[in-house]
Amino acid sequence: MNAKELIARRVAQEIKTGMLVNLGIGLPSLVANYVAVDRGVFFQAENGVIGLGARPPEGMEDPHLTDAGGGFVSAVPGAASIDSAMSFGLIRGGHLDMTVLGGLQVDESGHLANWKVPGKMVPGMGGAMDLVSGALMVVVAMQHTAKGAPKIVPECTLPLTAVRRVDLVVTDLAVIEPSPEGLILRERAPGVSVDDVCKATSATLLIDGDVPEMQLEPTS
Amino acid sequence: MKGAISPAAAAELIDDGSSLLIGGFMGVGTPERLIDALVASGKSNLTVIANDTAMPGRGIGKLITAGLVSRVIASHIGLNPETQSGMISGEIDVELVPQGTLVERIRAAGMGLGGVLTATGIGTEVEEGKQTIEIDGQLFLVETPIKADFALISAWQADYVGNLSYLLTAHNFNPIMALAGKTVIAEPGSIVPVGVITPDAVKTPGVLVDHLLVRAS
Repeated sequence: MNAKELIARRVAQEIKTGMLVNLGIGLPSLVANYVAVDRGVFFQAENGVIGLGARPPEGMEDPHLTDAGGGFVSAVPGAASIDSAMSFGLIRGGHLDMTVLGGLQVDESGHLANWKVPGKMVPGMGGAMDLVSGALMVVVAMQHTAKGAPKIVPECTLPLTAVRRVDLVVTDLAVIEPSPEGLILRERAPGVSVDDVCKATSATLLIDGDVPEMQLEPTS
Repeated sequence: MKGAISPAAAAELIDDGSSLLIGGFMGVGTPERLIDALVASGKSNLTVIANDTAMPGRGIGKLITAGLVSRVIASHIGLNPETQSGMISGEIDVELVPQGTLVERIRAAGMGLGGVLTATGIGTEVEEGKQTIEIDGQLFLVETPIKADFALISAWQADYVGNLSYLLTAHNFNPIMALAGKTVIAEPGSIVPVGVITPDAVKTPGVLVDHLLVRAS
């Protein structure tokens, strides 16, 4: 299993029946592959659909139905199409149960930076600031390091996406829960030691007793 | 509603230096024929307010490539390297706004509000230079309305009085922008007799629409 699949499968286990969930583009979008369709979960794409479905069969794609990354999608039974004001009303207004986003940095305060690298990459924040400010639960899904450099740091050096403390960080090495006291190491990836996680992290991790190995549910 | 006009005639209404609200999300739900006509007419110094600038060769990306745009207000320019290089070189003045804030600023203008209060952006670069207000113990940013000289709208269907309906994710900013342009030009996929779009299905009432684009030949 590669790192992305591991992260996506572990994040999927956080999604409960009946939730409304927004998945970011890239790695977070893989999470949908591991959420059984009979779990009654609705995925929102902020460009305007509740009830995002899989890509349609070849040749049946419709240019009027895409996800927030511009990719062709379908819609599940019960889907609704909405405009951007409604879409962000859902996000800000406390109606979105969970968002899963990628990250450039997460720090000991649980702050996320994921929209800008000054002087290098200025794509714009898109919907990320609204999602992190407004979703009831914010999960960051990212590789633990970037080219060997830690992404979980004492304090973000990149511009923040929001000052809200995110709820969970899932990486290829660990599951970390930001808390008022700091970053709690909750789980380590299969075959990864606590020491391995700490070496790949420049932030202080709070470790209380044995840290269990991630348990992955079998995929259906 | 003043009637149906050609894309070229619509472009003629738009002066150099105009501000344009343009519907669409990465080119989905963007009035492509209007944009092609603007490119052909060689306008200059336009301000574009939109979710994004699509990508080169598509939607608003064509305006960027043609060098017609001097100012952009958008939430995301990541898929258009030409907008990014224009921003870095200083040829295009780019204001980045969180997507939910952008749509609400446009909505505020269209609905006659003096602005909106949002917690999005608090404690980030977006807060810089802005007023904050505390309400019931929570801090909010004061975000001002955004209106424009024109709203260029893409719709699914229009009827003869200009009522508009939209399809799936091609709604996006269109129904909101239709209130915030001084002049509203809508490009429908098809034009149908009055009544085909039932009153409950009308998302933009025709009273808001100044011009419809004639059907594609």
